[in-house]
Amino acid sequence: MNMNADNPAPGKEPLVRPGTLKAMMAVLFAVLAALLLAEGWAHRHVIFPWEEWYGFYAAFGFVAYVVLVFVAQYVLRPIVMRDEDYYDR
Amino acid sequence: MIASAWPPGLILILAALPAALLRGLPRRAWMLLVPVLSLLNMLSLPEGNQFLVPFFRQELVLARVDRLSVVFGIIFHIIAFIANLYALQVEDRFQNAAGLVYAGAAVGAVFAGDLFTLFVFWEMMTLSATFLIMARRTEKAMAAGFRYFMVHVVSGLCLLGGILLQVQATGTVAFGHIGLGGGLSSWLIFIGFGVNSAWPLLHFWLPDAYPESTVTGAVFLSAFTTKTAVYVLARAFPGTEALIWIGAAMTVFPIFFAVIENNLRRVLSYSLINQVGFMMVGIGIGTELSLNGTVSHAFSHILYKALLFMSMGAVLHQTGKINATDVGGLYRSMPWTCTFCIVGAASISAFPLFSGFVSKSMVMEAAALGDLRLVWFMMLFASAGVLHHAGIKIPFCAFFSHDSGIRCKEAPLPMLLAMGLAAALCIGIGVYPQPLYSLLPYPTDFQPYTAGHVISQAQLLLFAALAFALMLLSGTHPPEIRAINLDVDVLTRKGGRAFYRFADSTLNALNDWADEVFSRRLTRGLAQFFRMPVCNLQRLGFRALALLYGNHEWMKQKMSVSEARCETGAHPVGDGVLRAVLLLTVLTILVLLW
Repeated sequence: MNMNADNPAPGKEPLVRPGTLKAMMAVLFAVLAALLLAEGWAHRHVIFPWEEWYGFYAAFGFVAYVVLVFVAQYVLRPIVMRDEDYYDR
Repeated sequence: MIASAWPPGLILILAALPAALLRGLPRRAWMLLVPVLSLLNMLSLPEGNQFLVPFFRQELVLARVDRLSVVFGIIFHIIAFIANLYALQVEDRFQNAAGLVYAGAAVGAVFAGDLFTLFVFWEMMTLSATFLIMARRTEKAMAAGFRYFMVHVVSGLCLLGGILLQVQATGTVAFGHIGLGGGLSSWLIFIGFGVNSAWPLLHFWLPDAYPESTVTGAVFLSAFTTKTAVYVLARAFPGTEALIWIGAAMTVFPIFFAVIENNLRRVLSYSLINQVGFMMVGIGIGTELSLNGTVSHAFSHILYKALLFMSMGAVLHQTGKINATDVGGLYRSMPWTCTFCIVGAASISAFPLFSGFVSKSMVMEAAALGDLRLVWFMMLFASAGVLHHAGIKIPFCAFFSHDSGIRCKEAPLPMLLAMGLAAALCIGIGVYPQPLYSLLPYPTDFQPYTAGHVISQAQLLLFAALAFALMLLSGTHPPEIRAINLDVDVLTRKGGRAFYRFADSTLNALNDWADEVFSRRLTRGLAQFFRMPVCNLQRLGFRALALLYGNHEWMKQKMSVSEARCETGAHPVGDGVLRAVLLLTVLTILVLLW
């Protein structure tokens, strides 16, 4: 691979081609659907009762992520964010 | 004791001197050879206490060889080799020597069988780590290194105080199970260890100092200080309930800071605290499964965290930038670094087939078996959070995201080899964890790869990734902002300045006053007095008399006469005094002759 390649023209690079994003999202949705289906098929050894709820981990992952990002952005950031030279002043 | 073997750690420490003196190819060969020799030496030691040194009616144990110390010794040597390989092209005496001493001190601390040996190696780590931070030689690095040093000197004193009290109370320096039942001494030791494990509120030194260290120094730092603390806590405080809650808090709070942090090496520092939190929970639960989980998680964590620090170090090394707002789109220029970074990101996120999966699940399962519901939920939340900051943010911001326009060279070959080796181990442990499991302190038949477990974890992570994708596409994902975020150290850093101002206004005023009174007025007065002390005494006496009896005319006359005598120095001497002086003279002569 040419490590010092100049910025290739748009459309030449696989990751910035217009169709790539759609394809990636399609793959992600397919995998997610497969995981949800697989849950019904797999024998699961659970310890807590809520682990048996269908899609518990999927829902928890999604919600936890959104909560984390929003709390960090709208609660923590306004409290702790300062200019970059805060400690130099 | 084995005649041909050395105490573990000593080889690495002594090897620092040639490392500082050699140059070029011999130095490079030396840096790679030393960890291998030291590891072989360590593995040759039989189980039990070796290298016993008598010390003030006590016995120092330089090598306590058991399953717990050996597994930490092995991973410390592996990472010392990888970090030295990564730093191979760094021709800097300070860094080369400090890295080896730091690694050696960590190995020494892990094998220390008594509290004094442990303390000596503990302080040696502090000193060498400070050098690794300051070796970047920027103003910020110097200041951060100084702050690092101060924090660890204080915690070291706390530890020393605890050790002295402990030795006084128990009569032995042996280092074994301590627990919190021993009163003040055990608490001081507990807190001394806690500072190095970056407990909540005591953690601020870590995200302050590590991102300011050198490119290669951060790789060493990420491995040794916190994991040595994990080891000593696992040794001395297993089953201490406080650690469960400390650890659970550690898994959760740093991820919020990591989400909004701009400096990518600082993101990794917060993520480090989060991962050590899982280890703390494992120690706190204190069952065989949970302690195995702690040790195996420390083992795999050292590898993937070093890998992530190496990949971000390579970005910093090649571009001179590390803020998420300044880099981006680097996959074009640094495809190998990008690939290795993704392996590290997948490992820390605990994707199946990567190392984090086979170790973190042990701690999670131990918490579930102990019916620690809240702790379990906190750790599950943190697991989804890890995916955000370390799994997605690090590789995405550095290598994808917006195109920063930076076109640089790929990282140098030694760096790539080191990252490749760490990445291979991350995948190796993830795919085939049995060799790691066989090293753990307790025998285990833990099975990470059950269908249910794989599906649960994949769901958790991929649905979190879906949340990321949807937020990014809809524009609701928080942007990276050129800014810093306050942490607890604002209290010490700004508080330090406030104290300085307070001291300036109060103590300096007191100082000025004391200066005026003592060194100006008082000395002037005394000098004046002692110019004519007798005369001044008389004067004072007359004034006192005048106060008592009133200022009579005869007294004024006496005063003026005596003043005149003082000034001329002519006091009348009675013949009684003359006779006494003569007698003394004669006596002196007689004594001398006799």
